[in-house]
Amino acid sequence: MVSNPSPNPNPRQLRLVDYKTDVHNDWCPGCADFAILNAIQLALAELQIERHRAVIFSGIGCSGKTPHYINVYGIHTLHGRVLPFAIGAKLANPMLEVIAVGGDGDGYGIGAGHFVNAGRRNIDLTYIVFNNAVYGLTKGQASPTLKLGLKTKSLPKPNINQGINPIMIALAAGYTFIARAYAYDVKHTKDIIVKAIRHKGLALIDVLQACPTYNDIYTKEWFSGMDRLDSSGKPIPRIYKLEDHGYDPVVHSNDEDELQAKMMQAIAKSNEWGERIPIGVFYQNEHIPTYEERISNRIPDYLTNPPALQSISYDDGKPYADISKLLNEFKASSI
Amino acid sequence: MYKVTNRLTWVTGGPQGSGVDTVANVFAKACALGGLYIYGKREYHSNIKGEHSYFTILASERPVRAHVDDIDMLAVFDAETLFRHGEYVVNNGIIVYDESILDTSIDSIPTMDKSSKARSIALLEHYSLGRTANDMLKAITMKSGVKAYGIPCHELLEDIARKRNEPSLSKLTRMVNMIILAASLALLDYDHNILANAIRYIFRAKKSVADTNVDAAVYTYNYTKAKYNIDDIPYRLVAREYANNMLLIQGSQSIALGKILSGCRYQSYYPITPASDESEFLEANEVLDGKGSVLVIQTEDEIAAITSAIGASLAGARASTSTSGPGFSLMAEALGWAGMNEVPVVVTLYQRAGPSTGLPTRHEQGDLLFAIHAGHGEFPRIVIASGDVEEAFYDTIRAFNYAERYQMPVIHIVDKAIANSVITCNIFDTSLVKIDRGMLMSHADRSYKRFDLSSIVSPRIRLGTQDVVFWNTGDEHDEYGHITEDPELRNRMMEKRMGKLELVLKELSDDEKAIMHNNGSDTTVITWGSCKGAVLDAIDRLKDEGMMLNYLQVKLLHPFPSLTIERMLNTTKVLIDVEMNYSAQLAKLLRANIQRDADYYIVKYNGRPMSSSEVYDALKGIMQDRIASKKVVLKHGI
Repeated sequence: MVSNPSPNPNPRQLRLVDYKTDVHNDWCPGCADFAILNAIQLALAELQIERHRAVIFSGIGCSGKTPHYINVYGIHTLHGRVLPFAIGAKLANPMLEVIAVGGDGDGYGIGAGHFVNAGRRNIDLTYIVFNNAVYGLTKGQASPTLKLGLKTKSLPKPNINQGINPIMIALAAGYTFIARAYAYDVKHTKDIIVKAIRHKGLALIDVLQACPTYNDIYTKEWFSGMDRLDSSGKPIPRIYKLEDHGYDPVVHSNDEDELQAKMMQAIAKSNEWGERIPIGVFYQNEHIPTYEERISNRIPDYLTNPPALQSISYDDGKPYADISKLLNEFKASSI
Repeated sequence: MYKVTNRLTWVTGGPQGSGVDTVANVFAKACALGGLYIYGKREYHSNIKGEHSYFTILASERPVRAHVDDIDMLAVFDAETLFRHGEYVVNNGIIVYDESILDTSIDSIPTMDKSSKARSIALLEHYSLGRTANDMLKAITMKSGVKAYGIPCHELLEDIARKRNEPSLSKLTRMVNMIILAASLALLDYDHNILANAIRYIFRAKKSVADTNVDAAVYTYNYTKAKYNIDDIPYRLVAREYANNMLLIQGSQSIALGKILSGCRYQSYYPITPASDESEFLEANEVLDGKGSVLVIQTEDEIAAITSAIGASLAGARASTSTSGPGFSLMAEALGWAGMNEVPVVVTLYQRAGPSTGLPTRHEQGDLLFAIHAGHGEFPRIVIASGDVEEAFYDTIRAFNYAERYQMPVIHIVDKAIANSVITCNIFDTSLVKIDRGMLMSHADRSYKRFDLSSIVSPRIRLGTQDVVFWNTGDEHDEYGHITEDPELRNRMMEKRMGKLELVLKELSDDEKAIMHNNGSDTTVITWGSCKGAVLDAIDRLKDEGMMLNYLQVKLLHPFPSLTIERMLNTTKVLIDVEMNYSAQLAKLLRANIQRDADYYIVKYNGRPMSSSEVYDALKGIMQDRIASKKVVLKHGI
């Protein structure tokens, strides 16, 4: 959710270029990561998020390098651990605009426990998964989203594991904004990122992408249907947009029947794969309280005086906290 | 008859879930209210209900720092307690027991350890007795002249139920332990008003429960005094002048108070014995007096616990996580990330007996070398260890100051013995506490570089600080925090990070590194962590017998304060290392850092904290040249 920007007497319009760094980008030529990076930067510019208020956290892998290319605070963490790092920062200072990025192996494999448990909390942050079905940086092993029996050119044998359905897992875990994007449609991806950031609660965007070096199955050509032409010789794209077909992902009311119906349609759509692959927002529900709201119910000044910004000492170093009441409880003589 | 006044070890036990801790806390509180010092030790199984747990309280009018093996008074409300602990009651000691246990056979108790059972049966057979609790009482009486005082607890309960007109009370077997406690204090002739106040304090959240227990205790107290002639009892507890400057507190609580005062505002944890109590205390007190709060997050695992604490620290909060060995093992990779990115974070490591699940509710100091080395590659960290509940409070505050001043992870080692001990100690002097946030800046200009190489500790800003940004990465990085594999930059960054350890050694005071009590001896006992109490009490006892020993407690374990320790040991000819693990890990550090080995290792690894009695025996044996081997293994404890 975008909170009130800090007062700026002389606001200057932030442009795309303001979110770019001059760090050399070493992704493979043609990598879809470039498109996702671009979409994130476009979304930041569209939302006019001040650079110092945004923090991009990342996991490990090619996608893990993303923060270095974005000119906001950037924290490149450990393999699989992007969510707990990001959650710690967000909870310590809920005024930060926190975006977590990572690969499918990072988030759905080694980080699966965090991926699921984050759903229980509905913390107001956005998690973007770069999903190419392989572990690129270690030379193309099968990731948790690669389907059973597929053999990419990097695999010695066909994949012996089934692929998981991240949309359905996110729904079961409690994510309140669940979307799928297609990296090569930068504008659509950007639009979804904007919606996710605006969403009050935990948002997952699973971004389908190719790995041009190691995944020769889920290629840009395959997604766009170059292997199947219609009678006029035009490709029949596999990717289609949910919103183009009247799909409404939003849970509009607290009505239990509506909630069930919206969840069921999201599950049904998440199972479409192969001939037709839906992208767009599958599910959105802002009726679930965020973790920050739940904390505020217990700690009334949490949002205005969060852990990271509390004064803890006076100028002379004396502690700000007063534990005399607690010490009194423990006095040997207290009755 | 000779009476021992105000020096007594009282032990009670029973099945877990039956209120053993509660009644022991009442005893401890009653002593504390009467101006007595106590050291209370809690032993329990990894179990919710039914296994044997027990509580040992040493009460004295002199400060006490550890338990002793001898039991002066055993308070028994189940047969297992009698079988397990009975033979450790001293000559002429006291057993007060619930009469209804007498017919219980040792063979009907499924929870007895094999070793305890075998020991009891051997004693029974030695006196050609049967196998009931009554036989055990006879055996103990024959062996050591113990006096046993039976209390018909269930009859008393019925009386109390009638008196209060609450028939359901007679079924409240949990109150049997309160009856045995009250009988104990009656036999010791302790002031029953203090007992009543102690009960009211322990049950202060439940007034009606408090009232019922006070009634039962007073009724029992009067009954016991009327039934037995206490002149035969060689012990007395007498309340002394009201002590207003003392605390009665446990380690998990003192550490939590230290965290609140030190400004820790984010605590993450995953449930684990014996670390969770601290986090639960913090959560219960999350809204602070006046303004502010401690946010306590129960994460999905220990990896999330430490990584979220690191995230909170990056945002600017003083952050920590508390765990025990198994959880700490999971944190190893993230420690390296914090070291690499120079992030302050505090890990409170409550050691328990390992490896693996080990003895999950028992004590050990087996994680010293692991705490120093956990994580791949080389990165700076500080490892400190506290010797007791009181030290743990001040060390907690130091840990946060070190973490921020040197921008690195700090591992504060404590253990099960400290976490679960209840002690009396001086009230914490909060006027001594200073918060040092090091190079934390609230502003920076556009030229800001997070890992600026112009100083060894670079200025640090919070995520969200206006006008600037920075990057972090677990990869080697340049001054901005961007990935690099440049060999020259690698050298400079390694030297910057590791160089901070030299700074730590240069800046910390001797007191922060080690505590030396030089008693003018050429023999020094070196130790670390919670062996402190048993070693000091043993040294004092030997001193009374004319045997002088110096005491050296290492507090800063990493970076190792070699120069300080060498200097402190420069007149020591014989060095005795005491620690609670198999391989004498501190001695390994001595060999590695000051090229000096201890001459003797006194070690223990059976999961039960060292008693001052066994440390005394071992030290005395060494002093009198009665010990030929270099390694002495202590084995006491049930």
